[in-house]
Amino acid sequence: MSFGAYLARRTGGLLLVLLVTSFIVFGLLYLAPGSPLAFILGPRGGTTEQIAAVTAQYHLNDPFFVRYVAWLGDLLRGDLGYSIVYRQDVSALISGRIGTTLALVAMAALLIAVVGIAAGTFAALRGGWSDQLTSTLAAIGLSTPSFVIGVALISVFAVGLGWFPTFGSGGGGMDTLVHLALPAVALSVASAAYLARITRASVLEERGREHVQTATVRGLAPGYIVRHHVLRNSLVPIVTVLGLTIATLIAGAVVVENVFALDGLGSLLVRAILQRDFAVVQAVILVLVVAFVLVNAVVDVLYTFIDPRIVLGSRK
Amino acid sequence: MTTPSTTSLAVARAVGSRRTAGLLRTTGGRLGVIGCIAAGLLLVIALAAAFAPVVAPYDPDFPDLLASLSGPTIAHPLGTDALGRDILSRLIWGARITLAGPGLVILIATVVGTLLALLAAWRGGRIDTAISWLLDVLFAVPGIVFGLIAVAIWGPSLITVVCGLAIAYVPYVARVVRGAALRERNMPYVAAAWLQGQSGPGITFTQILPNVQPIVVAQAVSSLGFAVIDLAAVSFLGLGVQPPTADLGLMVKSGFDSVLRGQPTEAIAAGSLIVLIVWCVTVIGDRLTSSARSMR
Repeated sequence: MSFGAYLARRTGGLLLVLLVTSFIVFGLLYLAPGSPLAFILGPRGGTTEQIAAVTAQYHLNDPFFVRYVAWLGDLLRGDLGYSIVYRQDVSALISGRIGTTLALVAMAALLIAVVGIAAGTFAALRGGWSDQLTSTLAAIGLSTPSFVIGVALISVFAVGLGWFPTFGSGGGGMDTLVHLALPAVALSVASAAYLARITRASVLEERGREHVQTATVRGLAPGYIVRHHVLRNSLVPIVTVLGLTIATLIAGAVVVENVFALDGLGSLLVRAILQRDFAVVQAVILVLVVAFVLVNAVVDVLYTFIDPRIVLGSRK
Repeated sequence: MTTPSTTSLAVARAVGSRRTAGLLRTTGGRLGVIGCIAAGLLLVIALAAAFAPVVAPYDPDFPDLLASLSGPTIAHPLGTDALGRDILSRLIWGARITLAGPGLVILIATVVGTLLALLAAWRGGRIDTAISWLLDVLFAVPGIVFGLIAVAIWGPSLITVVCGLAIAYVPYVARVVRGAALRERNMPYVAAAWLQGQSGPGITFTQILPNVQPIVVAQAVSSLGFAVIDLAAVSFLGLGVQPPTADLGLMVKSGFDSVLRGQPTEAIAAGSLIVLIVWCVTVIGDRLTSSARSMR
């Protein structure tokens, strides 16, 4: 299969999944108890204008599928609806906050890649006590929820030592970096532990291969063998896990942002749920799901660049 | 046919007791030393939680406002929280929900996921394609988001979150079990049973299910650890278990306010207990998974 055909098929599948999930997110409103109008307006009731506005926004006077198509059309034009609580367009709310979440996820992903791969390789190559220690630490890291780490970090480094701010996402530039340091660590510990584990297993397996033995026998430098023969070949499982991890980080950020009171998408979502601001809930969930699906798709395409032996589309 | 004599009863009993001993030995062998330690710890925590009314030294909801945030004393070994409630007692009561909630999530997900997987493996063809596609769509939504969606619709409560997370965990169980069941389905013994005239559901439940059972159990236990973390996280966000009920996730949250005032005991105690529970469950799950794989 040519690359173009593969990409077309992959995109088609992707669009189908996105269509289904968008339908589910749209349908959520009708799973809720009571009429959609009463659910959206909630205990606030609503003036005649508000009722008219909500009816128009959700096309409540149209049949169900017409409503869905109209809603989807609005989405594609970038109209994510209107927040009753913030009295603002949802797209404006989201674009104001998505930067924080992206910065947080990017920092965490970088930490995970560096620490996870380094620790896993170190454990696999050194063996013995270093291996035991790394594996034990990884097991504990894997069992620790991000919010527990977040609270612990705040307790030690923000309240105790005063090195970092307790909450907020800072005023941009270096300040944001300092504000996001603890949240990024909290978000990355479990995934870094998992990646370390995968890296260790993968490197160990690759190290026992015959081509590595051959390289050793031929007298190549150990560092060169590790970099070019062992690590290069163990990259496929590592990148798989790293990609899946980054996808889950987007959801994990929901929890961490609330611990550190960052003004990202996650804290927006939780506040919207508590205040029954349904347009915001729908939009943020849609953004999270789309990001999750897209990252997974990108990882699938990346395989073929890392390992040319993988035939396009053969990997499920 | 003869009626069972006393000797045959004795034999049966002996066989029974040998079977129990054998079961203990094989379980021990499967878990290894660290797995047995984890299982023992988990058993102690589960027993303490189950008998919380007897074990807990105080009423978990009794506020002793004069002794609030007291720090560890002889009367309160782990100190008291901001409302003067005994932290140790709240930990013991909190472990109940922290174990039972995720347990229910995994129970529902395992039953539904296994049934879907067996159906897909047995019928194959279009039904398999449809089920696999459904699982792919479910995979497209991160686990905790299902819990949040459920809360957004039906309001914050433990039951809502449990239902939402149960759906999220179905594909994790179903995908693994489907793979295993597909392998079993092509085994000669299944063909033999089919030739003997056993029905499809009969073969599925009497032949295939017992053979994939170790994988089902291993996958369920491994998922349980993640379910504990997810449920505790949702409660921490204030969207799951509601105060004043004692729950470990909620205790980290209420302890968080005390952390900012320099009193970290409650948050540390509740956080550590969550980590301990998840560690035990994960270790047991890992051991069961590797032994289920090696049995193949």
